[in-house]
Amino acid sequence: MDWHRIRSDFPILDQQVQGHPLVYLDSAATSQKPRTVIQALSHYYERDNSNVHRALHELSARATDAFEVARKKAAHFIGAASENEIIFTRGTTEGINLVANTWGTQNLRQGDVILVTGMEHHSNLVPWQLLAQRTGAVLKHIPVLDDGTLDNEAIDTLLTEQVKLFAFVHISNSLGTINPARELCARAKAVGVVTLVDGAQSAGHMPIDVQDLGCDFFVLSGHKMCGPTGIGVLYGRMALLETMPPWHGGGEMILSVSFETSSYKPPPHRFEAGTPNIAGVIGLAAAIDYLEGIGLENIQRHDHNLANYAVQRMSEVPGIRILGPQSGHRGSLVAFHLDFAHPHDLVEFANSHGIAMRGGHHCTQPLMKRFKVPGTTRASFYFYNTLEEINRLVEVLFAARAFFT
Amino acid sequence: MPLSDELRDLYQQVILDHSRNPRNHGEIPPPCLHAHGDNPSCGDEIDVYLRLTEDGQIEDLKFTGQGCAISQASASMMTQKIKGKSKAEAEAIREDFRRVVMGDGAPADEDALGELILLEGVQKFPQRVKCAMLAWRAVEQALEGK
Repeated sequence: MDWHRIRSDFPILDQQVQGHPLVYLDSAATSQKPRTVIQALSHYYERDNSNVHRALHELSARATDAFEVARKKAAHFIGAASENEIIFTRGTTEGINLVANTWGTQNLRQGDVILVTGMEHHSNLVPWQLLAQRTGAVLKHIPVLDDGTLDNEAIDTLLTEQVKLFAFVHISNSLGTINPARELCARAKAVGVVTLVDGAQSAGHMPIDVQDLGCDFFVLSGHKMCGPTGIGVLYGRMALLETMPPWHGGGEMILSVSFETSSYKPPPHRFEAGTPNIAGVIGLAAAIDYLEGIGLENIQRHDHNLANYAVQRMSEVPGIRILGPQSGHRGSLVAFHLDFAHPHDLVEFANSHGIAMRGGHHCTQPLMKRFKVPGTTRASFYFYNTLEEINRLVEVLFAARAFFT
Repeated sequence: MPLSDELRDLYQQVILDHSRNPRNHGEIPPPCLHAHGDNPSCGDEIDVYLRLTEDGQIEDLKFTGQGCAISQASASMMTQKIKGKSKAEAEAIREDFRRVVMGDGAPADEDALGELILLEGVQKFPQRVKCAMLAWRAVEQALEGK
């Protein structure tokens, strides 16, 4: 693979920041966009912009066609059995809230257990807390071990028939841990528990096949996989989607409406009230085309090389503590704590050298408490990053050490 | 590795020295006034302890906590500056300090700020204002008995 040529597909990366070439190491927060995605958005607005599904004119037909083709592409991208299992959302957070407010409200009762893990992003925690408060269900979590993996023995104890839903993150945004999603779904299924996999950090970084994973729901955000912001996908198994009530009411999701009552469309349209983010959907389809053109296996391999090289090189810095798995199987992000600089001081220092990183709790406050750190600095990578950029990061970490100690 | 002027202004040697070796670090045993402050978005935390004389002067002032160099240095420099001052004097210094770090007009009495003026560099980093103000907000709360 010619990764340097692929990198040149991203116009934003070719710039100076603070007098230095930009080193963008914040892709776990949001990825950059290739030219084809940006062009798909402007082409849509310049040529095809129109509302979908209703009008009979040419532009509306084009927009509707592109919108529904995108649904097929998204279904193929994650291995769904049918495009009707693909619901377009604003992103991962909205997908989880949709499940909590439809399937959750319908199925959770007093004393039922919602199971999550100790490494969830707040977006896979707070919606379940709200659901638990509404229904009287109990929220439990699987503890995280010192090496950043789940406590396997605790899973046996906690994953029981009292559990109605097991929602867990595929790749931790704070640790880089890759959870064994297939195995966890199988264990849940064995005791009749419905599963939701948070794929915010895995989609676009590795091949996803929801049927192989065996999950009931899968959520992703387009903007973390080269797509626009404000668009995401909720996958739901049709057998479940069919039983779920609507969440948002409005246009687009109804069959017929009277003053007394309404009847609703089948999935996926039942869950897509109002004019959708059409440009976002079209941009997401362009991102999927782009990623599949490179090949998800290739991206996964490159991600893996970057992460391993980063862990190895960053370990050379005295006073560093890297959270999560120390080698081998990990996602393409490295969160760390330095004994000589607070995350915000380090992020400021790195920024002045053109390096974009994130410092703080990364929306995982319970996990920060678990590891007894107020926050961490996170360097996160994607296939457009290079080994040279990781070398540059390590140089800056050494310079920060000289500066702050 | 060359550093930008703005970064050098933000992290002057005096500021780094205070953050590495904070003055008046520790707790005051009760009875004393106490307040806890935090910046949840960055995880910075501070506890301030202070004791007033009968006529309302800040007789002793200490802090504990963890945070970035700016929040720690600001807390350390603050304790040195307002110890021995009356509540009104401390409040006037706090307001002048706020103006300096926010770039919100000239301080009424710049001389009274002393080396706190070195934190002026925070002006160029608006997201760090809350770091610089953390200890001061906690002292304000402690004095108000909140």
